[in-house]
Amino acid sequence: MSVEPATLKSLVKAAAEQVIASAPELTALDQAIGDGDHGANMKRGFEAVLGKLDTIGAQPVDEALKTIGKTLVMTVGGASGPLYGTFFMAAGDALSQQRRLPEDIAEVFACAVGAVSTRGRSQAGEKTMLDVLYPVLETLKAEAGHPEVIARVRATASEAVKRTVPMQATKGRAAFLGARSVGHADPGARSSCVLLHAVCNALEARP
Amino acid sequence: MNDTVGIVIVSHSKDIAKGTADMVRQMVGSEVKVAFCGGNPDGGLGTNVSLIIDAINNAWSPKGVAILVDLGGAETNSEMAVEMLEPDRRNLVVVCNAPIVEGAVMAATEAAGGSSLDEVRAVAEELSAS
Repeated sequence: MSVEPATLKSLVKAAAEQVIASAPELTALDQAIGDGDHGANMKRGFEAVLGKLDTIGAQPVDEALKTIGKTLVMTVGGASGPLYGTFFMAAGDALSQQRRLPEDIAEVFACAVGAVSTRGRSQAGEKTMLDVLYPVLETLKAEAGHPEVIARVRATASEAVKRTVPMQATKGRAAFLGARSVGHADPGARSSCVLLHAVCNALEARP
Repeated sequence: MNDTVGIVIVSHSKDIAKGTADMVRQMVGSEVKVAFCGGNPDGGLGTNVSLIIDAINNAWSPKGVAILVDLGGAETNSEMAVEMLEPDRRNLVVVCNAPIVEGAVMAATEAAGGSSLDEVRAVAEELSAS
């Protein structure tokens, strides 16, 4: 595995801190079209991840991803727990099966996104986190290995969040609002974007 | 006592979970094992995978366990909890697609008669037939 423990630890720390910092924004988005707990739930989950940072940093990447996933499952307390938890656990499983980073990143990401889709019984276009994850997967498939891939993933994620604004939710709590869910960005799409941006920024900041 | 399917009630609100369990017990007394949980890991509204796992194990029966849930996260977290059970228990637990209060009462009443897990689930899910 070509990801050094120190790199992994700094990536996880950056991502967790960024999610925690964005909790008020996620809460505001979720108050508009959901039950308003997404920020607090993600904050609780990623604080628990930060609490295990030393363990995670000492593990091989596949095991570290599984630890992150299990921690989120057990601590988030909303649907986003199993959904993000499944993402990380499936990515870890994919890495346990002969795949390597960074060269297999698109394949590993595809396994993780597919598992989220199965868990949520949801597809793209339903105003969920998948509306960020699928476009980013396409960018990774097309651009992995390209020197600009990090910048393109970041841009794809930001644009994808904006594209959830006119969508009508058919999954999750926002589906109860029907047409009234139109006009707001999806909180899960936004939290996925926050995570992806944090990882991109941390990768770029590597010495 | 013959084995009957166990019932687990998972709500975002511990009060709703407890109230639903009270209604179930009024119907079936102690003939059916009933367990409930509600609230996120901080005790606020939400659900908690480890509490769901505990509830399943508390309501455990060799005939299986039917889970009744309220909204999305309760369902997703319950499915996650089922996957995290011991392997020999996973195939004996179902999450019913049914309204939580009516579903729990109907499922428990059916379970009290000694019905199988599939029969209990079917009775609860008739309530959701569209």
